[in-house]
Amino acid sequence: MTDSTKREVSAASVRTLELVVAALILVFGAAVMFDSWRLGASWAEDGPQAGYFPFYIGLLVVIASVTVFVRALRNSQLAARSFVGRDQLRMILMLLVPSIVYVALIQMIGIYVASILFIAFFMLWLGKYSIVRAAAVSVGVMVAFFLVFEIWFKVPLPKGPIEAALGLN
Amino acid sequence: MEEISALMQGFGVALTLKNLGFMFVGVTLGVIIGVLPGLGGANGVAILLPLTFTLAQQPGGTTTAIILLSCIYWGALFGGAITSILFNIPGEPWSVATTFDGYPMAQKGEAGKALTAAFTSSFIGAFIAVVVITFLSPIIAKFALKFGPPEYFSVYLLTFCAFIGMAKGQAMKTIAAMMIGFALAAVGMDTVTGQLRLTYGFTELLQGFDFLIAVIGLFGIGEILLTLEEGLAFKGANAKIDMAVVKETWRELPRYWVTSIRSAAVGCFMGIVPGGATPASFMSYGLAKRMSREGDQLGTGKVEGVVAPETAAHAAGTSALLPMITLGVPGSPTAAVLLGGLLIWGLQPGPMLFIEQKDFVWGLIASMYLGNIAGLIVVLTCVPLFAAILRIPFAIIAPVILVVCAIGAYTVHNSMFDVWLMLFFGVVGYVFKKLDYPLAPLVLALVLGDRAEAAFRQAILGSQGDLSVFFSNWLVGTITALALLLLVWPLLGGALARSKASS
Repeated sequence: MTDSTKREVSAASVRTLELVVAALILVFGAAVMFDSWRLGASWAEDGPQAGYFPFYIGLLVVIASVTVFVRALRNSQLAARSFVGRDQLRMILMLLVPSIVYVALIQMIGIYVASILFIAFFMLWLGKYSIVRAAAVSVGVMVAFFLVFEIWFKVPLPKGPIEAALGLN
Repeated sequence: MEEISALMQGFGVALTLKNLGFMFVGVTLGVIIGVLPGLGGANGVAILLPLTFTLAQQPGGTTTAIILLSCIYWGALFGGAITSILFNIPGEPWSVATTFDGYPMAQKGEAGKALTAAFTSSFIGAFIAVVVITFLSPIIAKFALKFGPPEYFSVYLLTFCAFIGMAKGQAMKTIAAMMIGFALAAVGMDTVTGQLRLTYGFTELLQGFDFLIAVIGLFGIGEILLTLEEGLAFKGANAKIDMAVVKETWRELPRYWVTSIRSAAVGCFMGIVPGGATPASFMSYGLAKRMSREGDQLGTGKVEGVVAPETAAHAAGTSALLPMITLGVPGSPTAAVLLGGLLIWGLQPGPMLFIEQKDFVWGLIASMYLGNIAGLIVVLTCVPLFAAILRIPFAIIAPVILVVCAIGAYTVHNSMFDVWLMLFFGVVGYVFKKLDYPLAPLVLALVLGDRAEAAFRQAILGSQGDLSVFFSNWLVGTITALALLLLVWPLLGGALARSKASS
């Protein structure tokens, strides 16, 4: 890991990420405290109010994130360390972006067809397989999942118009 | 010898053809999950948990369901050793120490020997831990029957303080991760007052965050993203185990009986303490290095260097189930997922299980013996098959794992929102892992949040808001004091080290 980060161009330093993440956690903690306060974070006649416990949880989140933030701000060494290299980031986005498209596709055309497209896309794009092999593997995998989930364990998965046309619903 | 007869009854429950079948299916699935990147014990069990929903509704089905899930866990524990030794990739954090001697052995062409040693010591470690569970859990359960809300809250406090006290990195990051878990657990309808908390008007959040989704995202998707960084190709040694190698290794293993017993003891003890499996494996490796006659040669590919961490890790991984079934407090993320399963099937984990669900508890304990035997058989005979799985090109395995995670996330509540949430948790898991925010306390807090809060509310309701209720008798006082001691332990340790250095 350390060797590769030296050679690679860094996309972001550890310090930047530490600061951003600590700030986001701070916002999260503040939101928790705010809503708990709205609900009432003190003692009612019949016991602690709904916001009592979460309020202090939120307070601890805020304290912890501020501490991490200040520490990262003071630690200048962190700025020199790479959080992620450009090439690494590209690899990650190469998986993440198609995954987002994939989840959107599940919503539209059901999980089976979306998964077949997703697996085949990766095999063609990253693996440089032939269309025949990509189709065989992706369809085979999803037929196996269909048998396990729908037939054996009777767990229905989201389906779309194509399954409906095949009468598999 | 009440336990023996209860255990025998448990074997009667577990030893049906159906349960044995599920045992082998579970172990095999578990090993596959253990060797695949991005799938591990916790999220593997989480993904397969929805499959047991219908299974658990049949009479006696909960026992079959827990056998299936716990065997997946045993399998995943075994599988971690395969990737550590053959590919130098620890499948689980507690297999890291196995790579120290396991991978050098594989490079020397002794992969079969290393694997046999690892599997056998895993089995021995797990076996000793199950014996401990058999005899210790009824005692703890009986003891815990006396617990009221203050005692329960103090046990939860102990669990979480142990995480903070034993954290390797910044304690503040552990606290942040843990409190995020608690906050996420509070989202949704408050069961006591019926008020909506932290939903900010989003109807999707009414149900709150399910920890299964968090587990699948944080550990599954997060792990794949991390694997991607390291590059796509796995370079592994060839593995073949034939009976001759197994026999030869088994003849050699009794020589390390001291190491085995020491490692098992460390593992059992550390496993009961939350988050203990990983430190247990390192500790036991360290002890072997210091105390064994050939200790200075460890790290160059010695059998003993595989025996020590594997025995401890398996003993710890197994005994992590002890607090889960007796107190309802899981010691590891995987134990937490199993606990979640119990809750979904309508069982209340905790001491009452030993009274109301005798068949279930003893069936589970008996299945631990049988499941580990099944595991040993499966891994010894099928290693080449499992190693072949790791050679499937990344362009195929990565999308398939993602599909599996998406299916797992969807089936928990049949909700698409959960699948989006899983992707989000995946990115969070990746960033947190790289910045050393620990994920295990987050998941545990998410699982235990509601129960911890309920115990806290009931306790201070009884005392009219007076926090001294957590010191009101010797029992709760001792547990709370122990928790606070663990919490400040790193500060104490630091102060001690400083005073030593100055003198």
